[in-house]
Amino acid sequence: MITNFPLLSLIIWLPIIGGVAVLVNGDDNPWARPLSLLVSLLTLVLSIGLYTGFDNTTYQMQFVEHASWITSFNINYHLGIDGFSTPLIILTAFSTVIVVVAGWQVIEQRVSQYMAAFLIMSGLMIAVFAALDAILFYVFFEAMLIPLFLVIGIWGGPNRVYATIKFFLYTLFGSVFLLLALLYLHHVAGSFSILDYHDVALSMEEQFWLFLAFLIAFAVKVPMWPVHTWLPDAHVEAPTGGSVILAAITLKIGGYGLIRFALPITPDASLALDWLVIGLSLTAVVYIGFVALVQTDMKKLIAYSSIAHMGFVTLGLFIVFRIFANSATGSGAVLAVEGAMVQMISHGFIAAAMFLCVGVLYDRMHTREISAYGGVANTMPTFAGFAVFFAMANAGLPGTSGFVGEFMVILAAFQANFWFAFLAATTLILGAAYSLWMVKRVIFGEVANENVAKLEDINRREFWMLASLAIIILAIGLWPAPLTEVMHASVEHLLTQVSQSKI
Amino acid sequence: MFEVTNMAFALPEMFMLAMACVILLVVAFLGKTAAGPAYMLSQLTLAITMVLIYQSMGETAGLTFDGTYIKDIFSDILKLAICALNIVVLIYSTSYLKERGLFKGEYYVLAIFSTLGMMIMVSAYHFLTLYLGLELMSLCLYAMVAMHRDSAVATEAAMKYFILGAIASGILLYGMSIIYGATGSLALTTIADTIQAGGIDNTVLSFGLVFLIIGIGFKLGAVPFHMWLPDVYHGAPTAVTLFIATAPKIAAFAMAMRLLVDGLGDAHQYWQDMVIMLSVLSMIIGNVVAIAQTNLKRMLAYSTISHIGFILLGILSGSQEGYAAAMFYALVYSLMSLGGFGMIILMSRHGFEADNIDDFKGLSSRNPWYALMMLILMFSMAGIPPLVGFYAKLTVIKSVVDINLMSVAVVAVVMSVIGAYYYLRIIKVMYFDKAIQHEVLQAPVDMRVMFSVNALTVFVLGIFPGSLLALCASVFS
Repeated sequence: MITNFPLLSLIIWLPIIGGVAVLVNGDDNPWARPLSLLVSLLTLVLSIGLYTGFDNTTYQMQFVEHASWITSFNINYHLGIDGFSTPLIILTAFSTVIVVVAGWQVIEQRVSQYMAAFLIMSGLMIAVFAALDAILFYVFFEAMLIPLFLVIGIWGGPNRVYATIKFFLYTLFGSVFLLLALLYLHHVAGSFSILDYHDVALSMEEQFWLFLAFLIAFAVKVPMWPVHTWLPDAHVEAPTGGSVILAAITLKIGGYGLIRFALPITPDASLALDWLVIGLSLTAVVYIGFVALVQTDMKKLIAYSSIAHMGFVTLGLFIVFRIFANSATGSGAVLAVEGAMVQMISHGFIAAAMFLCVGVLYDRMHTREISAYGGVANTMPTFAGFAVFFAMANAGLPGTSGFVGEFMVILAAFQANFWFAFLAATTLILGAAYSLWMVKRVIFGEVANENVAKLEDINRREFWMLASLAIIILAIGLWPAPLTEVMHASVEHLLTQVSQSKI
Repeated sequence: MFEVTNMAFALPEMFMLAMACVILLVVAFLGKTAAGPAYMLSQLTLAITMVLIYQSMGETAGLTFDGTYIKDIFSDILKLAICALNIVVLIYSTSYLKERGLFKGEYYVLAIFSTLGMMIMVSAYHFLTLYLGLELMSLCLYAMVAMHRDSAVATEAAMKYFILGAIASGILLYGMSIIYGATGSLALTTIADTIQAGGIDNTVLSFGLVFLIIGIGFKLGAVPFHMWLPDVYHGAPTAVTLFIATAPKIAAFAMAMRLLVDGLGDAHQYWQDMVIMLSVLSMIIGNVVAIAQTNLKRMLAYSTISHIGFILLGILSGSQEGYAAAMFYALVYSLMSLGGFGMIILMSRHGFEADNIDDFKGLSSRNPWYALMMLILMFSMAGIPPLVGFYAKLTVIKSVVDINLMSVAVVAVVMSVIGAYYYLRIIKVMYFDKAIQHEVLQAPVDMRVMFSVNALTVFVLGIFPGSLLALCASVFS
């Protein structure tokens, strides 16, 4: 393998340049769709190269690229990936392909702008996962908001302006504190390298404020209760592609940020404030689970279920401190963090699939109200099969990826505290309740009205789009080892970092 | 001590003065037909002045005219920026003036004299020189605002500008006289030396500083001395607003730097708190009040106030890095402001001022290219990466974080989020709303090209901010 080949840069800039190329070609260009598909597929293929070329045995950053960018401030174009970022990058590249396919016929206005926005966003998000320079990270972290803001605002639903401005300001508000934290760390560490931040010694007071800044920034992204309110609005108003990217990738950036910044940089504050994060996570799991139950809008229901599922991610990341306190070996801690990671990847696929299912129905009926449907299985049998499968995966059926992550986190939670595990396990009931009840009302039963009676089953494009997701969800559910192996060394390294005091 | 007067240090200004007189004569002789030649001559003057400044950039820096005038890398860069900005301003404003019957030679005479004033302000190293430059610039600006004689709003704006500007100049002079009392000199070098040596009455010094800072606050438009700014920006013909909003801000920044840093740098502890107040209030009032505006010119005026607050952040930090950050911010701000007001002129035509936010409705479907350019400018002003406005905010905030003024930094970032809202509203109007009118752009080609270059510069500088940042850093190292 050529070690100096800038594969990461290629994966970042190919979709961005491809997106610009699609954009300048104009809206009437028939090549907009095929070109976008080609670019996104190529990115996916290249990103698989990251997986095959990845060395599982080390936690060190791989595929490292380093170039000077802003010399007077010593800000560098510094990229590299470890076991946490690799799966997320592949997830991003894959989701972009799905989004391009999903928008193929549905988007009729400003096609090239739509495709370009998603391609550019894909490059920016991959860069967020790969950036090892704090300012570089922040630039991509924020730049990503611009295309998503436009996607929701231009192609969204009736209340799109409110939703997109709320989304933008909410996330911006969180991230400016991240910027302050990064600048303060530069002041202490004397460099903008994230890896240097990991090693810098900090007093408890410093860690406390830095941790709060990280938490605000990433809790908004995750989103954690009570700063989640932008997500249902954004999801409901966003076009299907926007919802898929929001659920599959942008939420993961929150979890990734906690792993990359909060835990290793401020371990003592994380330990001191773990009750806060655990409390908020369990609230998300239980309370938001109930909120999801009463939704009448399908997208809103899935949005709330996303918040509940992301609660598992934050729970898994922060129960490690309790596990360390309870057992000397801390073997459960590995399970907890890997569970959180698997949950992120799995939720990326499942939530994307669920939103695509809603999108399929919405394209035909132009409503997302559960009450407008009923008996869809009679007219769309193939679709019904997929929808039921994805709902089962969302509920955490063993054999699907949804089960693996939740199960690992619940198992680890037992080592932390019985009641944590007990409350977390309620999701198995609540998740099943809201997912399956929705399926029952929408898919099964008598044909509810003549609109449903006129429905046509999914076409080949939609079939393959959903089938590819179903295959991956099953694959991870049955054989999660390839996923956990990639991250194993990095997880152990993270745990040594969090168990060492920095005071 | 007697030094030989080095005339070459002021060569660009002398050339500009000579040319200003030539243009004045041309205008006087040609009368009503003078506007065209005056425009060409003005552009030529600015361009040649730029060449002269650029040629002398590598040469030695130093004081001349008995220590009243300085040529250093700081002044060279700012003068280049002022001339470059004014070249673009004149390109933008010419079509606007033609359509409204304001295309007169006087505009260009005033513009060149005012530019000369700005250049003198940048290079002044003596209270009197500084004051001369300031008045030369200001008096021309008052007249330019009043140029549209038949417009009641413009006349009102001119009156406000003149009266408040005169008061500000008076206060500034008073401050200077008190500092003269404390230090016994009007020359910045002597003042700096005296303060460094110590032994002067600090009460008198800080008393003078208060007035000095009020004067600077007025000229910059910092809260609570900002009252004139929205009215003048709103009332003046857009071409003049454009002129006032760009290069004079750089000159006012230079004046603040010369007075506070070069002259009274060792009195930093006395003025820092005052500047913190100005900065924080400007960021808060500017951003919050901008939200309520429906007129784009007024909105940009309040946004200017908030940007001034950010520039002051860099100055108050008292560090080399902070000064460089403030200089970078001032340059970037004037570039963005140039684009922002340029866009209003671009969209306007005879009998229609596109200065209401609603006039931009659905622009992205009417004119996708210019909507994209405006999008770049707005996101840049909001400080969203990867646009250059982000690095401006980043560097000034970094400079206050580095001196551990975290509370001020928190105010700054929170205010930049609030500020993002009104910039987003412009984008929302352009991209998410339906068009109410379908009229074609009438702006001439040179204006269109220049505007695109302007906005794309903001974009390119956002991706490669390194060289400009390094340039600003080199000035203060």
